Amino acid sequence: MEPTTFIWPFTIGLLFISCFLVIIVGIWISSLSRIDKSRIWHNIFTRKSLESLREIFMESLLHRKIFRKNAVLGYMHMSLAFGWFLLIVVGHIDACNHFQSLSVPAYKAIFFRFYISEAATTLSGKILAASMDLLLVFVLSGVMLAYFKRLNSRLFGMKKTTQLKIGDRIALSSLWLIFPLRFLAESVSAGIHHNGSIISQPTGNMLATLLPIHLFEMPLWWAYSGSLALFFMAMPVSRYMHIPVEVVLIFLRNYGIRVKKRISGFSRIQVYSCSRCGICLDSCQMNHAAIKDTQSVYVLKHIRNRNITDEKLFNCLLCGRCQPDCPVGLELNDLRITQRIESTKEYNSSYEYLKNGKVAVSPQTEVIYFAGCMTHLTPAILKSMKEIFALAKVKYWFMDEDKTACCGRPLMQVGQYEAAKKLIEHNRERILASGAKKLVVSCPICYKVFNEDYALPGIKVQHHSEYLLELMAENRLPIHKLPMRVVYHDPCELGRGSGIYHQPRLLLDEYTELVPMKNEKEASYCCGGSLANIKIQMNERNQIRDNVLDEYLGYQPDILATACPLCKKTFAKSNKLPVHDIAEVIYMAIQQKNISIAGEIKDEKVPKVEFWR
Amino acid sequence: MKHIVIIGGGIAGIETASALTDAGHWVTLIEKDAQIGGKLNNWSNLFPNFTPVEKITDELKEKCRRKDFSILTNTEVNSVLRNKDKFSINTSDNQQLEADAIVVATGYELFDARRKEEYGYKIYDHVITSADLEQLFKSGEKLTVAAGKIPKRIAFVHCVGSRDEKSGNHYCSKVCCITGVKQAIELKKHLPDAEIFCFYMDLRMYGKHFEELYREAQEKYDIQFIRGRLSEASEKIDKSLLIKAEDTLSGRPLKMNVDLLVLLIGMEAGKGTAAAATSCSIGCEESGFLQTADSFLQSNISMQDGIFLAGSCTAPMTVNDTVLHARSAAQEVNNYLQKTR
Repeated sequence: MEPTTFIWPFTIGLLFISCFLVIIVGIWISSLSRIDKSRIWHNIFTRKSLESLREIFMESLLHRKIFRKNAVLGYMHMSLAFGWFLLIVVGHIDACNHFQSLSVPAYKAIFFRFYISEAATTLSGKILAASMDLLLVFVLSGVMLAYFKRLNSRLFGMKKTTQLKIGDRIALSSLWLIFPLRFLAESVSAGIHHNGSIISQPTGNMLATLLPIHLFEMPLWWAYSGSLALFFMAMPVSRYMHIPVEVVLIFLRNYGIRVKKRISGFSRIQVYSCSRCGICLDSCQMNHAAIKDTQSVYVLKHIRNRNITDEKLFNCLLCGRCQPDCPVGLELNDLRITQRIESTKEYNSSYEYLKNGKVAVSPQTEVIYFAGCMTHLTPAILKSMKEIFALAKVKYWFMDEDKTACCGRPLMQVGQYEAAKKLIEHNRERILASGAKKLVVSCPICYKVFNEDYALPGIKVQHHSEYLLELMAENRLPIHKLPMRVVYHDPCELGRGSGIYHQPRLLLDEYTELVPMKNEKEASYCCGGSLANIKIQMNERNQIRDNVLDEYLGYQPDILATACPLCKKTFAKSNKLPVHDIAEVIYMAIQQKNISIAGEIKDEKVPKVEFWR
Repeated sequence: MKHIVIIGGGIAGIETASALTDAGHWVTLIEKDAQIGGKLNNWSNLFPNFTPVEKITDELKEKCRRKDFSILTNTEVNSVLRNKDKFSINTSDNQQLEADAIVVATGYELFDARRKEEYGYKIYDHVITSADLEQLFKSGEKLTVAAGKIPKRIAFVHCVGSRDEKSGNHYCSKVCCITGVKQAIELKKHLPDAEIFCFYMDLRMYGKHFEELYREAQEKYDIQFIRGRLSEASEKIDKSLLIKAEDTLSGRPLKMNVDLLVLLIGMEAGKGTAAAATSCSIGCEESGFLQTADSFLQSNISMQDGIFLAGSCTAPMTVNDTVLHARSAAQEVNNYLQKTR
């Protein structure tokens, strides 16, 4: 049978989307840096491409990560993606088998049921026809679930689902129509020609008894073709761009390409790869402060549509709690930071007053110690570190004893990249001039920037929790166990930000009774005090903090331990639970001072001021 | 005869008890500590005229002795039950008291200066609070710091735990500005050679003779007032303190070495007042202090009929404000009891 006119909407739509994708992906890839392009060339014919294919199968089709979060949600995504994929593949095989040719045009495979007027006679034909019927039902079950999800997302383990814009609505409606229309069109054709399979034939027969189905055949095939065309046309302005772009993303990511400080083709690819599934919404703690429009999914949408406002972009703690949940594995924090750098006007940051001066450090110096400005505001941590250094007889240079330039991380977080670079260069020169081989940092915010943005060849950067563990392992610290129940709060920049989860726990386990918690490590909370959010109000921060503390109190700890001066300050303000940095806990344990339940250190220092009698 | 239970044996409680006894009622005063008088017992002299605290406390204690009302010390209130116009109060030593009216006079607590960790209270040797300084004044004559050294330079920090979003207290504690001026003068009298600096946000000299005392501090005692909040303090090897602040009038950052740092700590509603709010089912404001029916004509009236409020459980107050508030509370109770007779 020759092509009929109803194939044209579909064919034009398919041509349009194919050309659009080739052009836009071409533009993105051509805008990559030379290093990134060479990464592609060096890796394209290696195992990494095969691994990418495997990942595409596991994540883009089977949606393994979503399955782990919630089985029903995973099934919904899998039935739509994998089911549709199989429909296309099996449909082509079916058509090739029927026409006994390997070059069957797409429309003949897609509208195959329209083109055949007799029932399948061969066994393979029968099996293929039955499989196609079952696959369509499989996809339809996913469509039904998607329908229910819009009505009640809680059934799918999600408290919230994303709000849609017009482009998404058109694409979503056409997607929901495609499969029911296909089913009806195929069933009606089967009813007329008596050539359906296990499901379409009975449905067709039933429809034939109720309706004059020959009147409906052509309109249904037109509608099916039209809904496909509408879907393809709406795709560039909808979230469904994620389907093809995610494939590109997986290849590039496996070739070692990452988001940098500046917006690039790769960051655009990441932004377009967001499926707006909304899984990131639930883990966001801004919800605790009733802030519901600044989450990653919305910010990526606005970045993509180029209508992002500072109000949304900067109202985020950059805690990264959404990142492990993202089924596409997007670098959500770094994407936000690149956009912040893009959106921020550079302020006058000459820093001319910073003088490098001479760094006179004795050659025996083992360690450079950088406390950081937040640690200077929490002198109990500073004092504990000094005492521990003295106890372990560590020769150290206290780099910021009289204060030095900021580490640069807070500027980086709010998008002041150029200003941060100047501070980084200033500090870097001083660190290198000291000649020491180890840099110990008390603040995770500093730690992250020293690790990632300072080029410090031959110098090992350690957070004090890593360093204290090392001292303990080298038997340079005595061990006394404190009979205290301790819960440990992972600081965002140390845990999710730098992957340091175990060292603080090993230490606390040795010196206290560490109580494990449900929301820890990757799922740990933010204290709410983050410097990265410059829009949030103090009462909103307090709500976020109190929510976290209430959960911690449920474990009935004697104290809350953390490894960040900012987390400590944030929690200490609430007065609900005594909070101490890990360095303080270790120092108190070594001193064998007990902390009472009220958090008061027994025989603690009384101010030594007196009147002569 | 009507029976009134007063919770809290500080100045507000005693003054209310005394006035209600004068009006012919039977009064029971419940105090959680071993002795009555509240926080005033820990103070040395009162602003603005350096009146020795004993002058006030002795008179209050004398009232207690002379007048016929019962005092339960070392006692706390466990629960309060209302039965129409009567209250039944259960105490920590399991006594059951029946009352026709209750006066809550649970007072305040001092802000715990350790919560402003950046000032190093109980971390550094020479950081003390205004309350510590009063204790020192009570104890002797001359002040020394490390190794018997006499402090040469002393700094006061105003608004520690008051008007400070970061410590969660938005309100003004009302008494610390003038306390700082008073203590600075007292210290200068003790140590005439010392330089004394007060770091303030603004000085609220609202009371009688307050402004005069502030002027005297500058003109006669050469105390220097710097507008700017301290950002942090750090301890040097000789135990002196390096403090950082901004002089906001000249717009310059400032570093200074001092031998002693005094933190003028503010008032908080505290645990006693929170407990009273719960047991009596009367509301708290956001600040934690108890809610009054209005701020003008009914500042002694709680959200519960028959329960009245006196003193600094409703807001930070000076001694004289507290005494007046206590007397008006007694008046309100009296009016209420006349009506319900």
